[in-house]
Amino acid sequence: MKLDDKLYLVRFNTDKLNHIKIKDPSVCLNQCEDKPCTRFCPSHVYDWDEEEKRITVGYEGCLECGTCRIGCPYGNIDWKYPRGGFGVSWKNG
Amino acid sequence: MRNFDVIVVGGGPAGLSAAISAARGGMKTVVIERGDYPGTKNVMGGILYTNATNAVVPEFWKEAPLERPIIEQRLAVLNGDQSIMAGYRDPAWAVEPFNAHSILRVPFDRWLAKQAEVAGVMIVPETLVEDLLYEEDAVIGVRTGRAQGDLGAKVVILAEGVNNFLAVKAGLAKPLTPEIISVTVKEIIALPKETIEDRFCLEEGQGATIELFGDSTAGMMGVGFIYTNKESISLGVGTNLGPMIRHHWTPNDLMENLKSKPYVKRLLQGGETKEYLAHLIPEGGYNHVPRLYRQGVMVAGDTAMLVNSLNREGANHAMTSGKIAGEVAAESIKKGDTSQKAMAVYEARLRNCFVLNDLYHYRRMGDMFENNPHLLKTYPEIFSKAAKMYLTADETPKKQRQKEIMKMVFAHRSKWGLLKDAKNAWRTLL
Repeated sequence: MKLDDKLYLVRFNTDKLNHIKIKDPSVCLNQCEDKPCTRFCPSHVYDWDEEEKRITVGYEGCLECGTCRIGCPYGNIDWKYPRGGFGVSWKNG
Repeated sequence: MRNFDVIVVGGGPAGLSAAISAARGGMKTVVIERGDYPGTKNVMGGILYTNATNAVVPEFWKEAPLERPIIEQRLAVLNGDQSIMAGYRDPAWAVEPFNAHSILRVPFDRWLAKQAEVAGVMIVPETLVEDLLYEEDAVIGVRTGRAQGDLGAKVVILAEGVNNFLAVKAGLAKPLTPEIISVTVKEIIALPKETIEDRFCLEEGQGATIELFGDSTAGMMGVGFIYTNKESISLGVGTNLGPMIRHHWTPNDLMENLKSKPYVKRLLQGGETKEYLAHLIPEGGYNHVPRLYRQGVMVAGDTAMLVNSLNREGANHAMTSGKIAGEVAAESIKKGDTSQKAMAVYEARLRNCFVLNDLYHYRRMGDMFENNPHLLKTYPEIFSKAAKMYLTADETPKKQRQKEIMKMVFAHRSKWGLLKDAKNAWRTLL
């Protein structure tokens, strides 16, 4: 089963404010060769945009696990919880 | 500023247990929860332990939304398409006093929050705590994301979950690192209850668990699991973030890899995925337990790293630590002493019960697996090859076969290596 199909099953109360920031995009471009965030995020929030040479952040699909904040080798992801009441809302848990 | 005796940050098992025991101790208590209601942000594999839960809500099984009492626990070691299994089944676990139940956290936590309200706790949902408030060295309340959102308290209990933002800000915990957390994904896969009971050989209503090691996590430090719910299966897989990064796995690929294993595939056949979830498990063990208190504050549950990953126990550590924190808060407030020294009673009590005892007992485990990554690769291979050689009836005399098996074992691992691993395992686990 494809990840996108699984993410359709998740209920979100999407905030208009983005709760995730790349602190310094030049770190992704110049220092980070491996770009592990494009792999370890369970919902593939992070993607490398080859044309724009930057990491794109699809915060709307964030499952709020916190992996990115810990896994980014440069500590370059500023990940916070969404505001109270927003974000993922599990049906089963 | 509105004032409470006790503010609990986080409406999970640790926070709600803390709130219940504080309120029972006569404290004006509030739980601040960032979700729509307690439960909607909460994830675990799905096993709730009876004893610890019963201490918080006596005879909870009569009313709580539980899935199935667990009567069988299986361990499987996967090596490619092959699997070796061991298990323990006891129908006595299907009735009182039980041992454990599978649960789904959204309904369960919501129910537990109701019990807290019955005990007099106020629940404030949809509210994120952004920082603690201090007066010199003492914690005196919390700052929430709401307008005029400062709340005062005599004691704050941090049960914010694995992502320990506030505990780090308070100088109690260190930021988490990839080697001490497990990234876990889970699917809820719907199946008719009769199908579940047939496939797992269960009487009506009974439940089973399977933990899968070895190739279930592509040989990385971690575990796959299958837990039976009433009308669904919780299928999950988690590995340590360090190896996951180094070996270029994605969590969803690990999940699909596990699903494709012949033994797993057959158990899930025809099931429909209803939800895909992700969560971190704090697996640092004893050596990574943060400072558990300072003046006016205590740390409980996942925030305090209180997980025994070997026995996949976590909910019970959360509830027991929360319960004790709530009791210590109530006792200290009644005595009018919430100093650091008064809070230290919390740690002493955790040391006197299974919570810190078990973590201390297995304190070498993280290092053992980190320094010996071959353990989860070589041994599944050795065991399944040995089993296959021994069980294949091809007219080779058994004495000769046994010699061949020993030769195969030594080809994988030297005598010295085997001895070293055995000594390590002995020291770590016993």
